[in-house]
Amino acid sequence: MSKTTIIGGSPGKTGGPQIAAPGIKKIDVTAVNTPEHRELYQKRIPIYPKLAHGIFRKIKWAFLFVLLGVYYIVPYIRWDRGEGAPDQAVLADFSGRRFYFFFIEIWPQEVYYITGLLMLASFGLFMATSLFGRVWCGYACPQTVWTDLFIAVERMVEGDRNARIKLARQPLKGAKLVKKVIKHAAWVLISFLTGGVFVLYFHDAPTVTLGFFTGHAPLSAYLFAGMLTFTTYSLAGIMREQVCTYMCPWPRIQGALTDEDSFEVTYRAWRGEPRAPHKKNDSWDGRGDCIDCKLCVAVCPMGIDIRDGDQLECINCALCIDACDNVMVKIGRPKGLIAYDTDRNRKLLSVGKKPVYKPFRIRIVLYAILVGGIAAIMVYGLMSRSTLDLNTLRDRSPTFVRLSDGAVRNGYTLKIINKATIARDFFVRLDGIEGATLKAIGLNSDGSSVFVSAEPDRVRALKIYITVPAPITKDLNESTPIAIIVEEVDGGERAINNTVFLSGNK
Amino acid sequence: MTDRPEVDDHSGTETTGHTWDEIKELNTPLPRWWMTIWLGTIAIALVYMVLMPSWPLPWADTYLKGLRNYSERANFEKDMVKLAASRGPAEQKLANTALDAVENDPELLNFAMAAGKSAFGDNCATCHGSGGVGTIGYPALVDDVWLWGGSLEDIKFTITHGIRGTSEDTRFSQMPAFGRDEMLTKGEINDLVEYVVSVSGGEADVKAAQRAQLTFEDNCSVCHGETAKGMRELGAPDLTDADWLFGGDRASIAETITNSRNGVMPTWSGRLEPWTIDALAVYVHALGGGE
Repeated sequence: MSKTTIIGGSPGKTGGPQIAAPGIKKIDVTAVNTPEHRELYQKRIPIYPKLAHGIFRKIKWAFLFVLLGVYYIVPYIRWDRGEGAPDQAVLADFSGRRFYFFFIEIWPQEVYYITGLLMLASFGLFMATSLFGRVWCGYACPQTVWTDLFIAVERMVEGDRNARIKLARQPLKGAKLVKKVIKHAAWVLISFLTGGVFVLYFHDAPTVTLGFFTGHAPLSAYLFAGMLTFTTYSLAGIMREQVCTYMCPWPRIQGALTDEDSFEVTYRAWRGEPRAPHKKNDSWDGRGDCIDCKLCVAVCPMGIDIRDGDQLECINCALCIDACDNVMVKIGRPKGLIAYDTDRNRKLLSVGKKPVYKPFRIRIVLYAILVGGIAAIMVYGLMSRSTLDLNTLRDRSPTFVRLSDGAVRNGYTLKIINKATIARDFFVRLDGIEGATLKAIGLNSDGSSVFVSAEPDRVRALKIYITVPAPITKDLNESTPIAIIVEEVDGGERAINNTVFLSGNK
Repeated sequence: MTDRPEVDDHSGTETTGHTWDEIKELNTPLPRWWMTIWLGTIAIALVYMVLMPSWPLPWADTYLKGLRNYSERANFEKDMVKLAASRGPAEQKLANTALDAVENDPELLNFAMAAGKSAFGDNCATCHGSGGVGTIGYPALVDDVWLWGGSLEDIKFTITHGIRGTSEDTRFSQMPAFGRDEMLTKGEINDLVEYVVSVSGGEADVKAAQRAQLTFEDNCSVCHGETAKGMRELGAPDLTDADWLFGGDRASIAETITNSRNGVMPTWSGRLEPWTIDALAVYVHALGGGE
């Protein structure tokens, strides 16, 4: 248990460089999850992923640049909302209790939009997983993106796989010390930028950027920047594949989301086996295309061997496809020994049948309906979102008051929510009881309606009293449904709350 | 026998020497992580003891204050200063604004209502009930009956000086104990009860009420008025309405006439800040529907 295992890379250990095929060195590497490595307490085995070249590596670079670019740039995008409102395009303003997203402004009581977004995100993820396997893990997950970036930095400072293995075996001094310091400094810097930018989504970005370095940013900004710097550094720099294998629930959940028609990174054993090194001019008959060069294991950021089949650890980043395709080209065999394919086709192809693709399965259709439905509801909600809202709270202590002349009065607290960016004037009216009078504290009333003005982007709280004269009270039930109507003076928007008037009659 | 405890062959762990039915108890050492955490908590406790208040020193009537000189009491006082600083401007504004102007300033009205509600709960609800619903002997503040006036200024005056309170300007009136002090006979009082019931719209013995007409004019109308509508300057209740502070049944009315009633409300000036009284006045005024 106490021995440190360094996987592979030492040509000397196994007696000189071995050759898998002409021009292709056999890499001495073992998957980290082979049966002999499996223990109840699994000590971590270091992984030194080799740089892969190919289409999927290019796609991953593209994802990395676009996603990081979006993350770092978005807080600085401005969006004019007029006087008094923040001009940041994307802002979660906790102290002001607003969430801004370009032309959308959401109040705390509209948090269901966030629920909708989360549902869209999860169902979208489920659908993508059912169709294409763990593409989220392979390309878009922040853990993947930042780990990829950190490995790239590591590679820049310490060199590719072999150089890194060699470096790991040296004592920590001299050139190694310098390299390690540079690498970790770069990591800390990236982590700090990551954590720092996160904070910008919650404050005015330019102000906080400036304030952060002059000591004028709020304490929470430093706290969260510090926390996220630490998590970025430790998750992407230190823990890496351990996060995916041990901390993340997604590898466990995905088993329920994929089926035999989901795409996944697949080793075509029927084509590759039996595997063996290949010598020049040897026949390919009676053997597989796999020359056992183990390049697929060397490039794997998870340190596993795809040839062992679909595994919990595999994040489907497809770098092994790139590695293998290059080798296949070199040895003159067709590409695609490792490829994106479905479980069904793996079986069909192995018995020489034609592959079948079924993108329109029941679960995909259901996911599509759910995603489309929720998106439609959200869009409709946002399009028809009113800028006026009304909350009515009945007085409950006491529920009604009998006045000296026998009239009965009920009190209500109205909250007129003016989401518009301009001040607006409203009439408050009452519907339901003929002859009832309406009065508000501090406002003029003509008996049947109250005039009230509401400031822009604010809640106007209002205490109103509804009084029903004695003669009418007698004929009322214990509880009479009424409607309180708030209507713009110029006849624009209006909001109606249904509530009741309690008469005290039994 | 050596001093060394026996080692179990199978597990390689020491035994305690205890045997039950030939089953030996292993002396398995505590897991290292457990020991680490345990020792860690001790280390933290030591550090805490040095930094924070820890031991009482009863003989010196003090305690070990710790290097950080931390004190909940001092924190509380600091918090109160902070609170005063954050509320200060609004309090000042409330104290300096005429009461009827407060209701026209939505922001200030919100502050006054919130402050008034909280002060009401702390000081007034004990007698007037939560939400000011009142009970027998303690006026309801939610209705439109105001013994001493229901305008903002009237309410403020009542809160400030109290009723039969300790202030020189306190609201004061005293209804005589007509029965106890033998100013009226039992019969006269009974007739008067019928009279009061009749003016408040109840079903009364008409003859008795007529008999009491003169008694009422001689004894009661000075304060309650010729028409029994009451008089706010004197805090004399309107007897014609449906509202009864001490009960409107015959026994309660007879009791009131016989022994009189003298409810007391404390004088709040000096006990509450002027701005709190302003807030209470605004709140109570709103409770009653704003006269």
